[in-house]
Amino acid sequence: MTDTAGEEAPAQKPRLSPRQRQRVSRGIQYGVLIALVIVVAALADWAAIRQSFLNLDVAKQDLPDLFTVALKNTVIYTISGFVIGFAVGLVLALMRQSSVGPYRWIAAAYVEIFRGLPALLIFLMIGSLPLAFPGFQVPGDVYGQAALGLGVVSAAYMAETFRAGLQAVPKGQMEAARSLGMPHLRAMVSIVIPQAIRIVIPPLTNELVLLFKDSSLVLFLGVTATQVELAKFGNDQASTFANPTPILVSGLTYLLITIPLGYAARRLEARQGASR
Amino acid sequence: MSTVEIRNLHKSFGKLEVLKGIDFSVESGQVVCVIGPSGSGKSTLLRCVNLLEQPTSGQVFVDGVELTHPDVDLDAARRRLGMVFQQFNLFAHLTVLRNVTIAQERVLKRPRAEAVRIARENLEKVGLSEKADSYPAQLSGGQQQRVAIARALAMNPSLMLFDEPTSALDPELVGDVLQVMRRLAEDGMTMLVVTHEMGFAREVADRVVFMDHGVIVEDGPPEQVIADPQHNRTREFLRRVLHPGV
Repeated sequence: MTDTAGEEAPAQKPRLSPRQRQRVSRGIQYGVLIALVIVVAALADWAAIRQSFLNLDVAKQDLPDLFTVALKNTVIYTISGFVIGFAVGLVLALMRQSSVGPYRWIAAAYVEIFRGLPALLIFLMIGSLPLAFPGFQVPGDVYGQAALGLGVVSAAYMAETFRAGLQAVPKGQMEAARSLGMPHLRAMVSIVIPQAIRIVIPPLTNELVLLFKDSSLVLFLGVTATQVELAKFGNDQASTFANPTPILVSGLTYLLITIPLGYAARRLEARQGASR
Repeated sequence: MSTVEIRNLHKSFGKLEVLKGIDFSVESGQVVCVIGPSGSGKSTLLRCVNLLEQPTSGQVFVDGVELTHPDVDLDAARRRLGMVFQQFNLFAHLTVLRNVTIAQERVLKRPRAEAVRIARENLEKVGLSEKADSYPAQLSGGQQQRVAIARALAMNPSLMLFDEPTSALDPELVGDVLQVMRRLAEDGMTMLVVTHEMGFAREVADRVVFMDHGVIVEDGPPEQVIADPQHNRTREFLRRVLHPGV
């Protein structure tokens, strides 16, 4: 045994054991990271960063309007857009199951079109609606236009989500309802749709996060000081004080909402996965 | 007048002809068990009785009303037909009590209090009154199936359809469900049961129908069809079911 080991040893060059190799690899990765941090830190002008991005005096000027106006409006735009998107999305999903061909085609076309367009384009178009429908005004002024814009876009995404949810409800649920004498519509409303909505709560929460961020597009509708949402508020404050700190503050305020919501969506998803 | 009467019923799925001309009837108060190998068309036949499957041709009458007539109010007709499914199909988002009341309220327009009273009576009948506030997912398969029976009974059907009601159950849970069905039969309920439970068929059925390849091969009292089958196909099927592995 010892003899053969002694003979073979010189044939193989002394190599690192797998564990040693792992250690070296990890060491290199840390090294690269530290080097990058040092380079960035050395290039950055720290005094200027503190002055321009982390300026507490400027940040204080955001209060209380950051919450009482900007965040409040952002929430209003998001929720109202979500409500419209939810309702229209559900109707579109049901239309896609219709036995009437044109309903299916219209719903399919709607989804393809509005998922394929940038949301910004919709917001640029909304102001021109009265040209197509003379005398028509979106009720609620900017709030109505924002809800319409966000609703029209999110409806396309939610329609697909609802469609998946409706398909995920077992066929036996509809059969049981029909066998009890429920008409098709009653069975949909009382039995199938409630279960479908339950299934799509996690993806809808993600949609809410996306909408919350997309509400920044409202600034293209031309808003007054009382109608501003977080992004425009930050930008306006930054211009006023010639200092970008308020934009950073707005960003942090977005994260205050989006990170917990995203976390909640993942929790709901995990819980649903476990119960199935 | 028969409770159910079926005349020359055909059903095809695409090119596959599943029912090839079925004639039979169920008299009021009778318990009829339909047996046969899988793929023989027995479940399809049952689903054609309440038109969950649209027959390709032929007629289905329930209490003298032709369900296959284009002008018939199917929803109204289905109220008289209770159905119990292999997979229970309880409404997963509703409590046991709500499962039993919802169709009473929405379809029969019974007031809430009356619907609840009738629901509790029927849950009592299947031995599950204490589960009224549970959700289906919290019950065993056997309990879910008994709730499904109570749900159907609450509509006061003149006929109960059972589609392999014990096939999805663990063996030790089959007995409770069969017990409920046996009691129902004793109470005089008209029942059409697709089943593999030969013991139940022999003991409870007034008539046993053997189906194979989309036709009724044999139809008679259990002591004849099960104990003394006249046809080779019936004998072959029963040999395999009663003495598996022999």
